[in-house]
Amino acid sequence: MFVRSPHAHARIRKVDLAKAAKAPGVLAVYTGEDIAKAGINGLPCGWLITDVNGQPMKEPPYPVLAQGKARYVGDRVAVVIAETYNQAKDAAERVEVDYEVLPAVVDAAAARKQGAPAIHDIAPDNTCYVWALGDKAKVDDAFKAAAHVTKLEFVNNRLIPNAIEPRSAIGAYSRADDNYTLYVTSQNPHVERLLMTAFVLGLPEHKVRVVAPDVGGGFGSKIYLYGEDVVVTWASRQVNRPIKWTAERVESFMSDAHGRDHVTTAELALDKDGKFLAMRVHTAANLGAYLSTFASCIPTILYATLLAGQYTTPQIYCEVTAVFTNTAPVDAYRGAGRPEATYVVERLVETAAREMKIDPAEIRRRNFIKSFPYQTPVALMYDTGDYQATLDAALKLGDVAGFAKRKEEAAKRGRLRGLGYSCYIEACGIAPSNVAGALGARAGLFEAGEVRVHPTGKVTVFTGSHSHGQGHETTFAQVVASRLGIPVEDVDIVHGDTSKILFGMGTYGSRSLAVGGTAIVKAVDKVIAKGRKIAAHLMEAAEADVEFAEGVFKVSGTDKQVPFAQVALTAYVPHNYPLDKLEPGLNENAFYDPTNFTFPAGSYVCEVEVDPETGRTTIESFVAVDDFGKVINPMIVAGQVHGGLTQGIGQALLEGCRYDPETGQLVTGTMSDYCLPRAGDVPSFRLDTRETPCTHNPLGVKGCGEAGAIGAPAALINAITDAIGVREVPMPATAETVWRALASQKAA
Amino acid sequence: MPVKVSMTVNGKPVAAEVEERTLLVSFIREHLRLTGTHVGCDTAQCGACTIHMNGNAVKACNMLAMQAEGADILTIEGVAAADGTLHPMQEAFREHHALQCGFCTPGMVMSAIDLVKRHPKPTEAVVRAELDGNFCRCTGYHNIVKAILDAAPKVAAMR
Repeated sequence: MFVRSPHAHARIRKVDLAKAAKAPGVLAVYTGEDIAKAGINGLPCGWLITDVNGQPMKEPPYPVLAQGKARYVGDRVAVVIAETYNQAKDAAERVEVDYEVLPAVVDAAAARKQGAPAIHDIAPDNTCYVWALGDKAKVDDAFKAAAHVTKLEFVNNRLIPNAIEPRSAIGAYSRADDNYTLYVTSQNPHVERLLMTAFVLGLPEHKVRVVAPDVGGGFGSKIYLYGEDVVVTWASRQVNRPIKWTAERVESFMSDAHGRDHVTTAELALDKDGKFLAMRVHTAANLGAYLSTFASCIPTILYATLLAGQYTTPQIYCEVTAVFTNTAPVDAYRGAGRPEATYVVERLVETAAREMKIDPAEIRRRNFIKSFPYQTPVALMYDTGDYQATLDAALKLGDVAGFAKRKEEAAKRGRLRGLGYSCYIEACGIAPSNVAGALGARAGLFEAGEVRVHPTGKVTVFTGSHSHGQGHETTFAQVVASRLGIPVEDVDIVHGDTSKILFGMGTYGSRSLAVGGTAIVKAVDKVIAKGRKIAAHLMEAAEADVEFAEGVFKVSGTDKQVPFAQVALTAYVPHNYPLDKLEPGLNENAFYDPTNFTFPAGSYVCEVEVDPETGRTTIESFVAVDDFGKVINPMIVAGQVHGGLTQGIGQALLEGCRYDPETGQLVTGTMSDYCLPRAGDVPSFRLDTRETPCTHNPLGVKGCGEAGAIGAPAALINAITDAIGVREVPMPATAETVWRALASQKAA
Repeated sequence: MPVKVSMTVNGKPVAAEVEERTLLVSFIREHLRLTGTHVGCDTAQCGACTIHMNGNAVKACNMLAMQAEGADILTIEGVAAADGTLHPMQEAFREHHALQCGFCTPGMVMSAIDLVKRHPKPTEAVVRAELDGNFCRCTGYHNIVKAILDAAPKVAAMR
């Protein structure tokens, strides 16, 4: 049981453990001081951002248990380990902490003001970095020459991920072999092990096994190395028995890494025909109290680089100020930077269209990128896409032609009907490693796969990707089965265990099939290549004459053939085998480091009705047409889109994390205060896909996990603002918010 | 003070001595080792802990084991037939890809079975309204709703 700070910002004068230590069942109690004495380092950040002044970002220590100060409500101050959970909980109440409460600051703008309380000594102005991308002078010039400028100021609301399975960790030390095992709800067990052993605990990496077998949802929140994981691993040796911790939901709310939280001013310059000339964006990003594992790259590398969207905007400048506050650390949450970018682009585009009285679909058409590859002004090179095709399909599926009639009919019922578009792009499978390294990444971004063919021709595939609901067990098995021409039942997928899988970077950023799947394909191809040699020997043919299809090796132009299973058996029973030239066995692994990102894109059309009496919005229709490249399993892809859309709708209509600005208390700290979407809040979705295969991976796939969450918020807010005729409605557009927007419009 | 509790769980009588404050869900998970019933929120919001007590869906995280004294409890482990054949509701969830991470699924299935018992021919609107007490963060509910609508007549036909 972790004792957590009830204060947003407080000096820890003294922690008295005497009473807790004597409580029934207690085995040990530790504080930040004990952690420091044990030589345990703080949690590292995996991405270095360089400030516009050329200096590295400020990286304050992120201790696993607070040392000296607590910096947000929920910060870990002490840990109580007892025989049972209830005993630990009881004892935790007897830990007496003497706090000197300090003034707190929770939002980015306030944190940068003169006189704001300094959260870390090394960042007295609470600024982690100021970072910029693009040519400011050229952008400013383009604005001066523009026929029209659209300017919006908005907040991209802070979200709390809320995977339904809370985080959990079991640390177990074995004296017999001096090994540690950590069972943990992680999306990337190898990275967790690497960070924990090499940077935090200083343990030999090969003596620590991290297992994350069957994780109940992540959405980003389980990518990171958390202090709880470190504590249970370390303490399991101190008390010489396994230690289990499972978050209560209030702890999930307080201490899981949150998402989003941008305050943005965005401007779009257009010529008289609605052609985009330039975009200028200033964002303040709230990073929370500490730098979480990938926090620094989310509002920069994964945000500003997406501001071209699907359009040929020639000049873009984006400046990001990243700020520490007395709130939970913020990191990647489904979409991670890309939803924020899409919201900027698609709200600007839609608003500009309305201001210039151009049809919102038409203004998009005039500005779509039409030839590929396309180099954007914000560093990315799109390999392929057909934005016109997805938009046309969405217009048709959403019967946009019939909208005017539906709006009229709704008006008769006293309802305000609105239509909103969102044409998003995302960059998935972040890569290649050397480019990411040059941009500050402190990790590789490849993936590893191993294909183990058993003597009977059955196959076990080991992947460094991690499935926590994405169904890799199905999709990856399909890929392998079809490539080897064997039944899908003959393929098993193993993931989430550092003792079984050679290495892995895990699952996030919609990378699994494009990167992890490709690593597996490469390993399968090595298996086939070796199989061809064995088959050639068996059939007494030249290797060049042996072809492989449908699970059978054949000598071309003859009826000689051997099935895959026979080749597998021969590899393990090498009696008739070219032992002088070839090793026995049929087991191959591969690492794949992509040459580029993949660029899924799509068009969403949302139709809402607003009840002007209550401000309540209902989604009447939601159409999503996505281009994910090749689709391996349409059912799983549709499921990913449904889930993503619902999280996007949650952000737009329902979810918003609130900290009290005075006390820094988390106001939305339970499921009754933080509104997750329920079944009745969302419609049945209408989906379709278009397909421009990715040009640089053998499967032609792009990734689908985050699209819905990226594209949906702008579509919703565009529809609501269309319905009520108000320029800007903040997210979440709750009934009260919309009602107030309508009321202030009436008053005006 | 430990107290004695006894009840029927999935057709079998069970009895144990537990701390008074033991929640029904903890009794089911930790004493009976029936870990299919999940804990997602501790506050009766998410519905992952939904079980049937005396034929009605209830949230096992929000009552004491003592309160279930003498009750007839059905957990997700008792839903499939003895030979392992899935209940039509489970089969429909499987068929329609109505689960992704699977954490909410046991509670969803228990709620859904209760739902179609009360509404043998539910509309989509009824299903969505009745799922009010169960959160799913993965599926966007789309395929859960589809599965329940598909399973409803099959569940009705069981009786």
